[in-house]
Amino acid sequence: MVAQESHQHAAPQGFIRKWVFSLDHKVIGLQYYFLALTAVFVGMFLSLLMRIHLIWPTAILPLLGAIKPETYLSLVTMHGTIMVFFVLTTAPQGGFGNYFLPIQIGAPDMAFPVLNMLSFWTTFTAYIVMLAAFFVVGGAPLHGWTGYAPMSALQSSGPGEGLGADLWIISIAVFCIASLMGALNFITTTLDMRARGMSMMRMPLTCWSWFITAILGLLAFGVLLSAGILLLMDRNIGTSFFLPLGTINGQLTGHKGGSPLLWQHLFWFFGHPEVYIAILPGMGVASQILSTFSRKPIFGYKAMVYAMLSIGLLGFMVWGHHMFMSGMSPYTAFAFSIMTMAIGVPSAIKTFNWLGTLHKGRIRFHSPMLFAIGFVSLFVSGGLSGPFLAQPALDIPLHDTAFVPGHFHLIMGVAAIFGIFAATYYWFPKMFGRMMNEKMARIHFFLTLIGTYCVFMPMHYLGLAGQPRRYSQLTELAYLHPLIGLNTFMTYAAIVTVAAQLIFLFNLFWSMFKGQKASDNPWEATTLEWTTATPPPHDNFGGRTPVVHNGPYEYSVPGAPRDYVMQSDPATVQAH
Amino acid sequence: MGLVILCVIWLITLASTYFFVAKTWWFPHGASAATAALDHQFAVTFILMGVIFLAAQLALGYFVWRYRDQPSATRADYSHGNLKLEIIWTTLTAILFVGLNLLGSPIWAAERFRPAVEGATRVEVTGMQFAWYFRYPGPDGKFGIARPELEDPSAGGEAALGLDPADPASKDDVVTGTMVVPVDREVEVILRAHDVIHSFFVPAMRFKQDAVPGLAIHMHFTPTEKGNFEITCAELCGLGHYKMHGMLKVVSQDEFDKWLADREAEKQ
Repeated sequence: MVAQESHQHAAPQGFIRKWVFSLDHKVIGLQYYFLALTAVFVGMFLSLLMRIHLIWPTAILPLLGAIKPETYLSLVTMHGTIMVFFVLTTAPQGGFGNYFLPIQIGAPDMAFPVLNMLSFWTTFTAYIVMLAAFFVVGGAPLHGWTGYAPMSALQSSGPGEGLGADLWIISIAVFCIASLMGALNFITTTLDMRARGMSMMRMPLTCWSWFITAILGLLAFGVLLSAGILLLMDRNIGTSFFLPLGTINGQLTGHKGGSPLLWQHLFWFFGHPEVYIAILPGMGVASQILSTFSRKPIFGYKAMVYAMLSIGLLGFMVWGHHMFMSGMSPYTAFAFSIMTMAIGVPSAIKTFNWLGTLHKGRIRFHSPMLFAIGFVSLFVSGGLSGPFLAQPALDIPLHDTAFVPGHFHLIMGVAAIFGIFAATYYWFPKMFGRMMNEKMARIHFFLTLIGTYCVFMPMHYLGLAGQPRRYSQLTELAYLHPLIGLNTFMTYAAIVTVAAQLIFLFNLFWSMFKGQKASDNPWEATTLEWTTATPPPHDNFGGRTPVVHNGPYEYSVPGAPRDYVMQSDPATVQAH
Repeated sequence: MGLVILCVIWLITLASTYFFVAKTWWFPHGASAATAALDHQFAVTFILMGVIFLAAQLALGYFVWRYRDQPSATRADYSHGNLKLEIIWTTLTAILFVGLNLLGSPIWAAERFRPAVEGATRVEVTGMQFAWYFRYPGPDGKFGIARPELEDPSAGGEAALGLDPADPASKDDVVTGTMVVPVDREVEVILRAHDVIHSFFVPAMRFKQDAVPGLAIHMHFTPTEKGNFEITCAELCGLGHYKMHGMLKVVSQDEFDKWLADREAEKQ
């Protein structure tokens, strides 16, 4: 709180300092957001090609030609990697977190503006290196976003495992460095830069979610960075961290003594917290929006905070549930399984509290609210397949089948994306000074909700029937033939869903220039970003330093003149 | 708008549930001793999760419609939550999830904690890009030594596994591309991989285990029905992953003995 004075820097004048190498957290937030926006369309396009190849394997596509089985696996790998790192990690935290964390806690900027700029440009570099993997000899790697060794550690395990795989690893390592810098900045900002009166327990739940996400990132990305460096060494300078004595195509690899399972432990020690890095900010945004548009205080604020904290903590103790079939000791499965089941408890608390927030509310159906409601529905659907996969016994039939992508796409894919959409519709007026078009938003919402359910719910059925993941064709095995019809339906649903995203894209850019002018507080919300000008000035509050008197979700307070009391309003609300 | 959201959420929920309940797409017919317990545990989990799924989604749709903003609506209820409800809810879910976990644990223990029984049919299963090889120890009951430097996948059979012809124990080893086992007798599989990780997945046997380079993983299952069952690879292993498959033939003990004897005879 005392640290604020030293963080004031004058507004830059030139285009480069203002929009390219900017130190302003708002501009950096937008840079992250638009990077993620290009990434999500690339990732979505790749998934569309996958779905098309699965159903029409011989189709000749315009410009791209025929897709080969190895190309299919490159698509699998790059779709997963781009979506997880450059969309789900980048947009909610780097984008909205950067833009709104300082404003919501009443700070003029992030704690370390230069570090903030560096972390964006490092992320940007990682993104370019990742995309470059498509264009080198052999193409992009085949080893999936999980990059299991020895496949990822041997240059000769398939096309794409040469330079393409090196670029993939380098990109991820660089991304880790960027995320570490970002995490430090978020944690320091949250702890040191809060305005007077903004106690931790008065922070909006969005701020809590960004704060906890940053802690997870700080602890997880370092491990992935180390693992990535070891993998690069195995590939290029002859070490054997992940490579036992073995052959490839009948030729000795020249390595011995390493452990393929070591990679999995390191990867999933990062990989499982990463799931929460993707979804926690969505939880924060959903809470914020459900409360605002129900005109009701969030149900169980403290329970929500403790639930997120325990999800974060338990998230580090469950990585082994990805490895029940891996050959690690079967006894460890007990511990990992019970820890994983335990995560179901705070997740259930959150769902219960969201429903409790809607109960006896007075719900307004603006576009952010639609997506927040969709988020809850998807969170429930995706979450409830978790207790199946958390049981090692049920992993025997279900692991590595389509049931798993069904589960994680609903919860960390689509639910997280709905969180991003909700945040976009919610904060667009503050960021750009105009409202997004509600009609287009509604069409976008319903098509996307129904479409994504039609794509991902059937994956559970396919998983039960035993369809393995990452199969480029279903024609080779007789028992998969009856599943092709359902897969065809999913491909059509995917085409419709992708088309619906063009409505969003159009709405986004159209509204920036043609949208209705927004007032400073169009949603009649309570948090600090709605007390300042639209868009916010360079120092966020135009020379004022906000003072906070109230909790973040004081809606429908009895006796108050309006149905909302802002955080900076004079204290009228009794402590509770 | 509230009514539209209610209809859409309820419709999605009921349609999703219908296909689960109707078992339109379901587990393949199970033909192993593990099937009954596993399918039962799945059913229990499915019913519990299904009830929560229905309750949560239907409540979500209902609340959204019931508490919509309209001119006649009263001001929203000013409530910050209910500690008693939170405690009840937390306790119930904790009991549910931990209970479910404990219920499933004996099945896992039965599958994974004990070694195969004496007298099980022993088969070494080796995955390599992109085929499964099956090796039987022969009358001496011993697997001969395999050496990575002798591996020659293009030659197939024994040479693909790098069997050392100098080792007397390898003389009677039989290597095949189809896995044949007798019915109603436990099968001990010894899983290996030469190059990258593969996963030995036989849906009808409710059996899956990764094969990892550098490890020999001992597992077991008991086929209880005769027939042909497809084997797949469940772990991404390269461009031919989708066509890395094999066949498990479960036959009577007599047929198995005759089949193995014929293979031995062919070898000599």
